[in-house]
Amino acid sequence: MVGDNTERQIRRMLTGQRVGVLATSQEGSPHVCLIAFAATPDLSRIVFATSRSTRKYANIIRDAGVTLLVDDRANREEDFHRAAAVTAHGTAREIAGEGEGERRLFLEKHPYLGDFVASPTCALFEIQVQRYFLVSRFQNVVEFKVPR
Amino acid sequence: MALSRLKGAGLAVPDGVCLTVAAYARYFQQPGVKERILLELYRKRAKDLRWEEIWDAAHRIRNVFLSVPIPPEMHDGLLQQLEERFGSAPVVVRSSSPQEDSEKASFAGLHDSYVNIRGAEAVLDHVRMVWASLWSDRALLYRKELGLAMDRSSMAVVIQELLSGDCSGVAFGVSPVDESLGVIEAVYGLNQGLVEGSVVPDRWTIARGTGEISAFQPAERKDALRPGPQGVASRPLDGAQRQSPPLDEEGVSSVWEMVLSAERVFGSPQDVEWTRCDGRIYLLQSRPVTARRRGEEDDERVRYFKLSRSFDNLRSLRTAIEEIHLPEMERTAAEMSSVALEQMGDRDLAEEIHRRKLVHDHWVGVYWDQFIPMAHGVRLFGQVFNQVMRPRDPYRFVDLLRDTPMMSLERDRLLRHLADMVRGDPDLRSELDRGRIPGDHSGFNRVMQRLLEAFGDLTWQGVRLVDSQAEIIALVRQLADEPAKRERESDRDAKSLAEEFVAGFEINRQPYARELLDLARASWRLRDDDNIYLGRIEGQLRAAVSEGVDRILAKGIQVPQPPDPGEVAKALRDPGYRPRTIRSDTAVGAGRVVPRQIVGQPAGRGVVRGTARVVTGFSDLSHFSRGEILVCDTLDPNMTLFVALAGGIVERRGGMLIHSAIIAREYGIPCVNGVPDAASIIRTGDDITVDGYLGIVVVHGGAADRGSGMDPGPGGRRQQEEAVPMGP
Repeated sequence: MVGDNTERQIRRMLTGQRVGVLATSQEGSPHVCLIAFAATPDLSRIVFATSRSTRKYANIIRDAGVTLLVDDRANREEDFHRAAAVTAHGTAREIAGEGEGERRLFLEKHPYLGDFVASPTCALFEIQVQRYFLVSRFQNVVEFKVPR
Repeated sequence: MALSRLKGAGLAVPDGVCLTVAAYARYFQQPGVKERILLELYRKRAKDLRWEEIWDAAHRIRNVFLSVPIPPEMHDGLLQQLEERFGSAPVVVRSSSPQEDSEKASFAGLHDSYVNIRGAEAVLDHVRMVWASLWSDRALLYRKELGLAMDRSSMAVVIQELLSGDCSGVAFGVSPVDESLGVIEAVYGLNQGLVEGSVVPDRWTIARGTGEISAFQPAERKDALRPGPQGVASRPLDGAQRQSPPLDEEGVSSVWEMVLSAERVFGSPQDVEWTRCDGRIYLLQSRPVTARRRGEEDDERVRYFKLSRSFDNLRSLRTAIEEIHLPEMERTAAEMSSVALEQMGDRDLAEEIHRRKLVHDHWVGVYWDQFIPMAHGVRLFGQVFNQVMRPRDPYRFVDLLRDTPMMSLERDRLLRHLADMVRGDPDLRSELDRGRIPGDHSGFNRVMQRLLEAFGDLTWQGVRLVDSQAEIIALVRQLADEPAKRERESDRDAKSLAEEFVAGFEINRQPYARELLDLARASWRLRDDDNIYLGRIEGQLRAAVSEGVDRILAKGIQVPQPPDPGEVAKALRDPGYRPRTIRSDTAVGAGRVVPRQIVGQPAGRGVVRGTARVVTGFSDLSHFSRGEILVCDTLDPNMTLFVALAGGIVERRGGMLIHSAIIAREYGIPCVNGVPDAASIIRTGDDITVDGYLGIVVVHGGAADRGSGMDPGPGGRRQQEEAVPMGP
């Protein structure tokens, strides 16, 4: 089934890649940056961390709408037929206090960021994903709505 | 493996087990080990790291090794093997670079060895510590200076039965200065002392052609290292041993035979460590003699070993500093301050400047040779504390050191006392506000007098405190505006933490633990006080120089600032001489590239956003406003006056145990140090965030942006560039 396969491909991409491109909005202009992330197994949420003095933090506080791009390109010619990309649209929310599970999820994937996440100036966020777009074989695009 | 080849060739080698480089790699490659270490090491460019920062990095890296256990399957396998092989017999756990690797990457004693360890579990703990020593400050510095990659990491560990030799030493198959000679060095007891440089060896030079002794250089024999209840301990030699060398001629020739055998096995002259046990010479370690000149390397050895002082060494250093140097500095400063400079003729004043310059230079030398190494008391304690307590925060130990009285705190107390007076006395305040020196508020003047008497000789950038009363009064007025005294971090836990630390040792080792803590506290205190004593001597030099400058200016001759003592003395001797500028400030041009997030060291916990005040001279004191962020190149201990007012501290010089960090922790102020070019990158008026948890400074915007005519908007939102690090 196309649906199952799409979900599997998205999951493989989100577990296989460590870093993605996060887009936030700054007074109508996009601002993008690289972030380390981890996705929940059901794909409904994506966890990341940022220091509170960054631009992305300030942007999200004003406008929670964000987009994350994750891809597996290798900067080679064959990327054009081989590489795939997943774009996740969603809403970011700071996880305050209770987020033990999210913290663990994030640190299992990025154990070297323990000190960073433990800092009181570091904020843990989750993106509640509404939908994914999977782009493969150059121009194939499939939308996947996250079940609620 | 080198030792097994030697054994195969019939040399006496102690029984042992080798953990190969593969075992290290398996541990190192675990998730969360390698990347955590490399993240630590790559925070800044290697060339921007000062040795104190390298020590800090090494300290945190060591904590990774202490906190991450050996993977369970590997641990269980090794445990069984070690129990079968050694039971509870004492062993030595030592690093052993593979032969092909050791050409340049190490020398005897560069990495740690642990002597007299019992029980398989303890041995495995020490294996991790030997691995960690691949990342010690001296190993990192050594690799850095040799131009090797600092992250190069591969190490084998040898676990050998402990041979409690009656004498031990090292030997070089070929001498540094003459290829026709070899060298043997020997000490009584274990060779740890020789390798670390704390016990001076007897030394024989051997003619390679004949095997004859061509020269003998006896040592002044005092102590030997012997196995203690745990580890090693220094013991005095008896009279007979002091009188005779540890090896007789026959002994020398057996060691030389062994050196030649090792050379035959490996095909090149060897650098070996050996010990003699029950009349037999055992070979402990063998490496090729490096291609570089040994003499050169010997100097380096001494230098790298200076980076970590032994407990005994620190103890005698402390005695010398407390009982000899500091009192002498005090006497010297007092003697100089009693000289009536204004009554001297120009020539005599020139002489006096010259003399004070020499005295000052002498004490600067003592400062570097003795006072700075004394800081290792804190480092050694930190290392032992973390080994015993395994805290989450690698700087937890600092809490145990803080509650020691420091002179700068005494000075700040006097300042706060003055501020309290101003706060409670509107008349006094209004007099000060009108720029008057208070008249009959006797209490105020008395405390001010006490402050100036005790600390007036202090200088900063050539200006003496006693000449800066206006700035001090400005500071006092600001302090008086502060509603409540800043709460100092609680010392409540320090006492129970100290008890917990001592209890972490076996009963017979607890006196050592207490003494180590005491030594660390002295080291902590001295690292602040020594600057003040040195500051007093510098103050006396400056007093003579400024007397000279006044006289030269009176003749209508310009003197460049800051005045150079040598130039001033010359101009006093020779009325025709025009003093020159000795150094010039480097100008920093405004570029198109603006750093936005700069990584330094987290040196004082907390986070603050505020306006930067770049402090480059004493006059900045009167401009400093409460809550501003103090940005400086080097936080001079004599500048800690400002700190009570500062919302945060940013400093170019880095380290967890330098003044900015010490004082920031004392006052609970967020501090980031080790920020490259801090005082030139950041401008007064910049809106910055100091994140003392993560060790970063964010420049949101400031003078430069406003100057461009562009509206930065609230919080400086409209910057064009931002240096957001990858990942987080």
